[in-house]
Amino acid sequence: MAYTKRNDGRKVDELRPMEAKAHIIPNADGSASFKIGKTWAIAAVYGPREVYPRFLANPKKGLLRCHYSMMPFSGSGERIKPGKSRRAQEISMVMELALQPVVDLSAYPNAVVDIFVELPQTDAGTRCAAISAACIALADAGIPMKDMVSSVAVGQVDGTVLADLDYSEESYPAEVSDIPVAMLHNTKEISLLQMDGEISKEDLLKALELAKAATEKVYELQVKALKEKYLEQ
Amino acid sequence: MIINKETIAELAKDNKRLDNRSLTDFRQPIKIETDLSWTAEGSARVQIGSTVVMAGVKLSLEKPYNDTPDEGGIMVNAELTPLSSPEYEVGAPGIKAIEVSRVTDRGIREAKALDMKKLCIEPGEKAWFVTVDIVTINDDGNLFDASGLAVLAALKSARFPVVDPETGSIDYKHKTDVALPLTKEPLPVTVYKINGRLLIDPTQEEEKAYDARLTVASDTKGTISALQKGGDAPLTIAEISSMVELALEKARFLRSELNKFLAD
Repeated sequence: MAYTKRNDGRKVDELRPMEAKAHIIPNADGSASFKIGKTWAIAAVYGPREVYPRFLANPKKGLLRCHYSMMPFSGSGERIKPGKSRRAQEISMVMELALQPVVDLSAYPNAVVDIFVELPQTDAGTRCAAISAACIALADAGIPMKDMVSSVAVGQVDGTVLADLDYSEESYPAEVSDIPVAMLHNTKEISLLQMDGEISKEDLLKALELAKAATEKVYELQVKALKEKYLEQ
Repeated sequence: MIINKETIAELAKDNKRLDNRSLTDFRQPIKIETDLSWTAEGSARVQIGSTVVMAGVKLSLEKPYNDTPDEGGIMVNAELTPLSSPEYEVGAPGIKAIEVSRVTDRGIREAKALDMKKLCIEPGEKAWFVTVDIVTINDDGNLFDASGLAVLAALKSARFPVVDPETGSIDYKHKTDVALPLTKEPLPVTVYKINGRLLIDPTQEEEKAYDARLTVASDTKGTISALQKGGDAPLTIAEISSMVELALEKARFLRSELNKFLAD
């Protein structure tokens, strides 16, 4: 039986319902909330500010640092012990790489821009939600940016190429591949690409094509959240 | 805005505050929401002024401790996240996080607010353990009271997950409609002493200017279940008496706010 009808009735290219809001944490220089289905990311940007430890400082340009963290009660199973896991550290690193191409920190030598992401609840696609939230927060903080980064997962479940897999699809008892993608809006370049599972080259290219339209929907929402914040003022 | 401690102290002497509140008023808005994390067995978000904290309850089945073989357990943990304030750093919890979690924990534990015996399934073998995590979203002062309120709201909203009768394993994706055996509902209120005056619900700026503070957790009957004095100034017995009285009064106020939100 091929996976022809999605568990929640979505079309193959349909994303789960999304919600985004800019500037939700008064203490931060920039912040955002981004929800997609039952996955929820809250991001805060602090900086440019002084770097500690000092040896990390780059005299040529500012440093971009991401810190991804799932709240202890945000996993669909047992409680997650607080503190840095190997998974969280890797995700933090790929988030930095995903956002770096659009952020211009040349005006802030020796400084750091820190992005903290906390997830109160998750249902797959957490790194994508984290990146999408972080990018709104960076813009909200007024960090010089060349473009927006929008992120969503694509993939393949039992032969059907899909956008925005939820947990029930990631764990579908057949061949599944889950491909988190982040895309730059103007150039359509890809700054995050990972995969769990197996896929053919043809399906991979099909999935990446699907990611263009999918990330575009995320982009529209990111811009809307920023406009809602700044046009109301 | 840079405000020096002396300004706050001088204002307090005249019964004034920077935001024009009376010394014994909580900030507005006070907002309490529950059930906002589907992955937690219970959850809440509390806002007092611009301080925002979340709390989430997770339940697990474990072997009871040897000295209490017929009881479950509770643990409260606090994460003062670097997301919520430029003053918090990444890494192991600092002393402030430890104090917030331990004081909140004692308020619940010492009141025997949870019937630990009802959490036991099989003496010496299996009992429910309750873990409550507090996560700060925006720290603008008074984390003790905001955390206590969030923890109580999360505990009240918690529902046991389904347990497979054959394997005994927990199905975290499905909840029963059974609530936790909460027998009491303690809430902490912290009273601060600044320049001889008593005030509540400080902003983060005011928190830098206090001489002493006293957190008092109390239940509906006014029974006190936790005390914690902080700050480097000592307190007279007369001051403690006034502080406890104020804390009990304000706990009644917070309780009525909580019940208002839970009724909606």
